[in-house]
Amino acid sequence: MTREQRYRYLYKPVVFAASLVPAVLLLLGAFGVLGKDLGADPVARLLHSCGKTGLNFLLLTLLVTPVRRLTGWNDLVRLRRMLGLFAFFYLAAHFTVYLVLDRQLDYANVLQDITKRPYITLGFAALLLLIPLAVTSTNRMMRRLGRRWQRLHRLIYPIAILGVWHYWWQVKKDIRQPLLYAGMLAVLLGSRLAFRALNRARAARGGVTSTSAPATVPEKT
Amino acid sequence: MKRKPPASILPSEITPLDAFLNRRELLAGALATGALAAGPAQADSAAPQPDPRFNFTRNARYSTTEAPNRFEDITSYNNFYEFGTNKDDPKINAHTLRPRPWSVSVGGECEVRGTFGFDDLIKGLALEERIYRFRCVEAWSMVIPWLGFQLSGLIEKLKPTSRARYVQFVTLMDPKQMPGENDPVLQWPYVEGLRMDEAMNPLALIAIGLYGQALPNQNGAPLRLVTPWKYGFKGIKSIVRINFVSTQPSTSWALAAPSEYGFYANVNPEVDHPRWSQATERPIGRGLFAARKPTLMFNGYQNEVAYLYKGMDLRRYF
Repeated sequence: MTREQRYRYLYKPVVFAASLVPAVLLLLGAFGVLGKDLGADPVARLLHSCGKTGLNFLLLTLLVTPVRRLTGWNDLVRLRRMLGLFAFFYLAAHFTVYLVLDRQLDYANVLQDITKRPYITLGFAALLLLIPLAVTSTNRMMRRLGRRWQRLHRLIYPIAILGVWHYWWQVKKDIRQPLLYAGMLAVLLGSRLAFRALNRARAARGGVTSTSAPATVPEKT
Repeated sequence: MKRKPPASILPSEITPLDAFLNRRELLAGALATGALAAGPAQADSAAPQPDPRFNFTRNARYSTTEAPNRFEDITSYNNFYEFGTNKDDPKINAHTLRPRPWSVSVGGECEVRGTFGFDDLIKGLALEERIYRFRCVEAWSMVIPWLGFQLSGLIEKLKPTSRARYVQFVTLMDPKQMPGENDPVLQWPYVEGLRMDEAMNPLALIAIGLYGQALPNQNGAPLRLVTPWKYGFKGIKSIVRINFVSTQPSTSWALAAPSEYGFYANVNPEVDHPRWSQATERPIGRGLFAARKPTLMFNGYQNEVAYLYKGMDLRRYF
């Protein structure tokens, strides 16, 4: 198998299947299959699980670059798009559960929530900002946008910050979990600053610099 | 707190629970009523059988006709931070609590002070089943068949003086039994309080059971407060101390976040939590597609409690 084939026929399908596991578990619970259930408050369980899983995928997406830098496993970037799209998938599901199951399509109420409740405003903003990233995730869009694609996709940083903030702000009192997410995000974003500083220092010494995580357009296959 | 021998309850008067229950059983038998005849909440066929040692009657006047939640839901979806902050933590962790033997110390502005065993404390108080609505400040709700007695009956027994304007309750402080007390999520022990007229309102209940059984640990064994017109966090659990005081006592959630939780904590659809709406609630246990329902003023208990707050600005005293 060539490297390209390994990713195409092995790594990607495996990551894809693994990424679907949380969704499958929630669906089993929702339909009461295999003795699974969603507990006394199934709507809250679905809502929070989708949100949390979406946040996990956002952080995984942001983990790709630091891992590449540290390990030199550059091909990891081939999996990044899928992780990002799964973040979008779970966060869109999170919003859908809120809209359909929690608020029962009461649009006036939802609009009021979005404008009046700061934590919902933040979460909604994050989801809106994710849409252009999902839409421009195709090879075609990457080629068409060129350098602008990368600039656009830096939106992932504010999106992740808004997401963690949204989580923090809706917790009643025990902020240990959101604090953990904020800490992980700080490390992920901080690593980028560190790598940049390192590059500058190397450049100043006349050394070779590595460019910041380019979005590689996969070769046409 | 002052500790002196109880003034009106002598040690010789202490009745063990079994004897207490048996005596009530005899009385109930004579009246040809009793737990089964009175019909404890029957909505949940999976609920454990009522404990035959408890004799009680259903108080229809103060019971809602809504169907109670399943025993499983009531005992697996709990906010009891002493055992963890997730809803399923208390059921998993509360086995470390030892609700028997249990004693409650009574102090402050009252004549009957001292430490009383559980059975002694509740002696002579009529047990009733009351099916109350339960509204959590987190905007979900349940219907719960409590077993307990009116708080007013207990207060009368303890003979508060004229200086008593509030009654304060304190939860057990023992991180060995309540591992959550090792985490500084709230200030421990949990404290709550009521104005004396609120405490004397017939709706205020001390629950010692649900579904005709002794309270499961995760629901606040062996005794807890239930004030159905207030948000659930007022219902302090596993009480070990009752104090009568002249000034408004501190309460745990108001200490933790004074801008979000007040002393009164009356259910009020018009006064939102600063971060979320209180206009509607999600009924627990109705599945994925249950509609939210509008929250009622004082959780639907206006007729019974509205007089307590006449002329008060409920936005200010939330």
